[in-house]
Amino acid sequence: MASRTSISGALRTRRAGARFLADLLVYLVLGTIGITMVLPFIWMIGTSLKTYGEVLVWPPTFFPKVPQWHNYVEAWNFSRNAPFDVFFLNSIIVSASITIAQVVTCSTAGYAFGRLQFPGRDVLFLLYVATLMVPFQVTLVPLYLIMRQLHWVDTRQALIVPNLVSAYGTFLVRQFMLTLPRELEDAARIDGANVPIILLKVILPLCTPVLSTLAILTFASSWNMFLWPLIVISNTRLRTIPIGLALFTAMPEYATIGVPPYQLLMAAATFSMLPTVVVFLLGQRYFIRGIALSGLKG
Amino acid sequence: MTLVQRMRRAGGLRRQDIIWAYVLILPNLLGFLMFNVGPLVGSLGMVFTDWSIVRPPSFVGLQNFAKLLSDDILATALRNTLYYVVLYVPAVTALAFLLANALDRKVTGIAVFRTIYYLPSVCLLISIAVLWQWLYDTHTGWLNYILSLVGLGPVGWLSDKRWAMPSIALMSVWRHVGYYAVIFLAGLQGIAQELYEAGEIDGAGAWAKLWHITVPLVFPTTFFVLVMAFIEAFQLFGEAFVMTQGGPGYATTTLVFLVYRNAFTAFKMGYAALQAWVLFAFIFAVTLIQWRLAREHGYGFQD
Repeated sequence: MASRTSISGALRTRRAGARFLADLLVYLVLGTIGITMVLPFIWMIGTSLKTYGEVLVWPPTFFPKVPQWHNYVEAWNFSRNAPFDVFFLNSIIVSASITIAQVVTCSTAGYAFGRLQFPGRDVLFLLYVATLMVPFQVTLVPLYLIMRQLHWVDTRQALIVPNLVSAYGTFLVRQFMLTLPRELEDAARIDGANVPIILLKVILPLCTPVLSTLAILTFASSWNMFLWPLIVISNTRLRTIPIGLALFTAMPEYATIGVPPYQLLMAAATFSMLPTVVVFLLGQRYFIRGIALSGLKG
Repeated sequence: MTLVQRMRRAGGLRRQDIIWAYVLILPNLLGFLMFNVGPLVGSLGMVFTDWSIVRPPSFVGLQNFAKLLSDDILATALRNTLYYVVLYVPAVTALAFLLANALDRKVTGIAVFRTIYYLPSVCLLISIAVLWQWLYDTHTGWLNYILSLVGLGPVGWLSDKRWAMPSIALMSVWRHVGYYAVIFLAGLQGIAQELYEAGEIDGAGAWAKLWHITVPLVFPTTFFVLVMAFIEAFQLFGEAFVMTQGGPGYATTTLVFLVYRNAFTAFKMGYAALQAWVLFAFIFAVTLIQWRLAREHGYGFQD
């Protein structure tokens, strides 16, 4: 009996030892990859605070001797060719309008598709789902021609209006609304509520998770929009952040010098990342949920 | 209220429901038809035309299709895109899987690690590209500095034809590995813990458990990740536009790059539309395979 307990005890300590080693290994792996993930960002922020001379120095250093905070001010209102304050404002206007509009249009249509019966519903919904498979690049050229027809090329509405509606968002909201119990509406109907009241008072309050997810994903993707604004906007004053950044090094001011002013570029890159990073840190669980929901898309 | 009254009431509301349904859908439907379906149909029609924006389109039948088959640059772009897919997709999937397994251990501080790994994928893509462009810089870049410490280099990460595409792929792996790891993590957490305990009783070690329990059971997630990564990789554009402008030579000119150039610098609208459909064909093929497998093995992501 005594020997038995000591054997199991020994087994337990051996297992505990193995567990400790395994945990150590896990931390080692997680830590190494974590450092790899963070280093480029530290490099970016360090560089954004250097002088141009420090940028050029070899071997490169991580941090400046004296942090040049004014780089951020300089990058923010850089020049006539790269007004980052204007780019930033444009990006905010475009992303916010698209996000608000999509939350509205996707929740009304998602409700109709998911919880109301009307002739043509299933055919229409199939059409929505079918377009999910088609990459944006296929509609790119005709969409540009439509913008030309409307005389919208080089206007802000060209960035916003084609994105007011999203088949993916409609799909996302509809799938979520399908999971809500039927009895909710029946009870409200017996009390005499009509469709808009039910949608506003009963359904939408329960949809906060999916609508938050939709809002966050839409904001992030609008903030990242690159190919479409690259094509449809040529006026500097209407450019969004990604275009401004991408064309920064091609500015006439730098066409002649070898190394672009990376300290300013990195400062601009840093504050361009902030909005989505802040949104991510605040709404992390919705991002993660978005992943689970985007599984529906595949 | 009796059941009959309730039913009558519900029946009476139905016509009103239909009207409301159309009202609620209308704004969405208008936008959808005008900016999704319309351009889609237009794109189908355009592939049979020669259309240079300044002149009205002229019908050229299958001429664009003939050009497609003899287009050397298109062949190069396709090869580049596939090369990127081959470099990126398996690497990001395998790494994300391993990372998810490490994250799945119940050790303290996991949430912090998860946040850190996920962070690059929520940062502005173009900012990331600009940042890495400098990390990769041949003469002042940090990567070449590290290499010089061990007596190697300098490598022309973005200026050498052989390295440009792998360099972009490496950056993309860095950017997306955390995102896919979180997807894997959800898959791993769906595996019943009892299976591992049963395996332990049968004397399975860590590797045996990973290989015989985790890998097969997480396969639906693996497959999903592969498909997502493939679709994403096939649309590579912004990174290449910023970091290499499609070069050096044509080394990083991808399919989307070609669509962009043909449409908006060469103004061959019809031909560009057709090239976009080539992109669609690849993505559609992968989606079909996914559906097929999902149906055969009974794991639908649709449900």
